[in-house]
Amino acid sequence: MAAPTAYPSPAPFAPTPLQRALLDRFQRELPLVPAPFAAMAEAVGASEAEVIEALAQLQAAGVLARVGVTLAPNRAGASTLAAMAVPADRLEAVAALVSSYPEVNHNYEREHRFNLWFVVTAPSRARVEAVLAAIEARTGLAVLDLPLDRPFKLDLGFPLRWR
Amino acid sequence: MALSPADRALLAALEEGLPLVPRPFAALGARLGLGEAEVLARLAALRAAGVINRAGLIVRHRELGFRANAMVVLDVPDDELQAAGTRLAREPSVSLCYARPRRPPLWPYNLFSMVHGRERRETLREVHAILMRTGLEAVPRAVLFSTRRFIQRAARYAPIEAGAAETPA
Repeated sequence: MAAPTAYPSPAPFAPTPLQRALLDRFQRELPLVPAPFAAMAEAVGASEAEVIEALAQLQAAGVLARVGVTLAPNRAGASTLAAMAVPADRLEAVAALVSSYPEVNHNYEREHRFNLWFVVTAPSRARVEAVLAAIEARTGLAVLDLPLDRPFKLDLGFPLRWR
Repeated sequence: MALSPADRALLAALEEGLPLVPRPFAALGARLGLGEAEVLARLAALRAAGVINRAGLIVRHRELGFRANAMVVLDVPDDELQAAGTRLAREPSVSLCYARPRRPPLWPYNLFSMVHGRERRETLREVHAILMRTGLEAVPRAVLFSTRRFIQRAARYAPIEAGAAETPA
């Protein structure tokens, strides 16, 4: 498991002009063609090899999680946003326990009485509930289960507002 | 749209992302016994059906300097929720906006949104401006900044065998 990322972290990664162009144009426009990196290259005026190298560097720096997809909530399975109010002296241990479930794909500390927030995704709602119940049983702490009622805006990528 | 086992396997194989090679869909298909054209056709269908919400570069904001990330939660009267959510969703700097259930008395908020910024003051200014523009400045709310990331990875959609290590925290 990766070590927790504490804030503030080191200075942010400074992308090259090519990397900026790729981040600006392709967060939601992955060309579904046999050679997508060549298609990206053509769009930004670079070579396919330059695009692949630029993306590999972004991935190595941790800026690029992956070239891939995000799925609409509750279409390919079930998910929920969960929150716990964890005593400060137990936070690291409880967070590590939560992160140890492969069904947990985001897990953050937030400034609030409810200080641990995580997303549970699984093939079925029953499995989501089983994970929440197991976490409650193993920590003795209540878990708020906040499944999606209605999406108003799904993840569409991120305007980066370069400086 | 019901997902076939083949679609589930394809999405599971994509969890780690495409390999950075000239023909990544062919490489992905080779792992699954599918041809490149079939992989592309299934992904296009899943995107058209809305199962795939977004295909592209999946970015970690924090590594690019966006460290003041706020979850803004509001307690909006039920009969105003649809209009309020629609207005918030139109704000460019709101990256996600969902209605979720209240859990009284512990959790009174039913409208969730995310606002990202580089510095806390900048993010708070933006949150305030958004609430003014959307007419939500008087609604009970909380702003929860994230202070530590324990994990961020792709969601798993394939069945997972049993749980993780079974030791109490």
